[in-house]
Amino acid sequence: MKMSLPTLGYSRTAIALHWAIALLIFCAFPLGIYMADLPFSPGRLKLYSYHKWIGVTVFLLALARLAWRWQHPAPPPPAGMPAWQRIASIATHHLLYLLLFAVPISGWLMSSAKGFQTVYLGIIPLPDLLTKDKALGDALLLVHQILNFTLATLVVTHLTAALKHYFVDRDEVLGRMIPLLNQRKPR
Amino acid sequence: MRKTAIALALGAALLSPFIAPALAQVDAAKSSVVAVSRQMGVPVEGKFRRFSAQVSFDPARPAEGKASLEIDIASFDLGDADFNRETAKKEWFDAAKFPKATFVTSAIKPAGPGKFDAAGKLTIKGKTLDVVAPVTYKAEGGQQVFEGVLPIKRLQFNIGEGEWKDTATVADDVQIKFRIVTAKK
Repeated sequence: MKMSLPTLGYSRTAIALHWAIALLIFCAFPLGIYMADLPFSPGRLKLYSYHKWIGVTVFLLALARLAWRWQHPAPPPPAGMPAWQRIASIATHHLLYLLLFAVPISGWLMSSAKGFQTVYLGIIPLPDLLTKDKALGDALLLVHQILNFTLATLVVTHLTAALKHYFVDRDEVLGRMIPLLNQRKPR
Repeated sequence: MRKTAIALALGAALLSPFIAPALAQVDAAKSSVVAVSRQMGVPVEGKFRRFSAQVSFDPARPAEGKASLEIDIASFDLGDADFNRETAKKEWFDAAKFPKATFVTSAIKPAGPGKFDAAGKLTIKGKTLDVVAPVTYKAEGGQQVFEGVLPIKRLQFNIGEGEWKDTATVADDVQIKFRIVTAKK
């Protein structure tokens, strides 16, 4: 008897959303660190806008991803995985999902508090949820930074675990997100 | 020599109420001059915190009306220390060299009920251009209220030189929103 596909792996949509968001985070994170120390210039203003646009895009894709996942549950962990690893995996994934929303929202709120509205792609103005308040803006900057370094730590954890599954456990976990790997490696 | 100077000063002081009897000062708390620009599509509002104005206006006889406005450029506040430091620089307002911006009317014409067109000379950063500001007028509790939006092009006044000439980052169009309320008589 053949097992049905959805329990084995992720759907193409889930894989595409995962990598799209990953790519955007890998752009936005270093960009955020780089731009903050730039001297005042048109280039700096542009980068700030691009950074915000990427953040809004991540937020929208995360929404789509959550909706998709609700309808298409993730495949179960490989059989025989220790309980602590299962718990760690669930915790990491939940936190990652949470941060996919929390990081853009903190940036958006910070922009509002600092008095610089976010205008998506320079066209669609996002409502300012907060009124201008310098102290609040500075506090939100700190929140945005802390959330981002938490996100970075979790991404490193996520990546390390994925590589461990591939190189140490030699199971199909990484291949579920990179289908090419499972196709090449006969099991 | 000194006596003459004193006499002249006294004379001027005594005469001044007669020379400009109708000139009203502004109610600073109720008046505002704000410049709105767009930066990467984001509206950015800057307030000129200090300015003075003299207005002499009778809506029945607009042609005889006149107004002048003097803005303290260093008081420009975008609400962000980085931005304020930047806009005072040579490339922008060059506040050290051009501390004042002025608007002086040359002709006021009616333009519909409660509306007037105030033509005049606008000087920013040492550059003077003829502009026409659309103004709405109303009288409120013994005070005269003049409101309007004057669109200008920042590059015509050399505001934003060098790399800042790029209008893709900071748009050329700037709106000067003003609300001038005369002091109670």
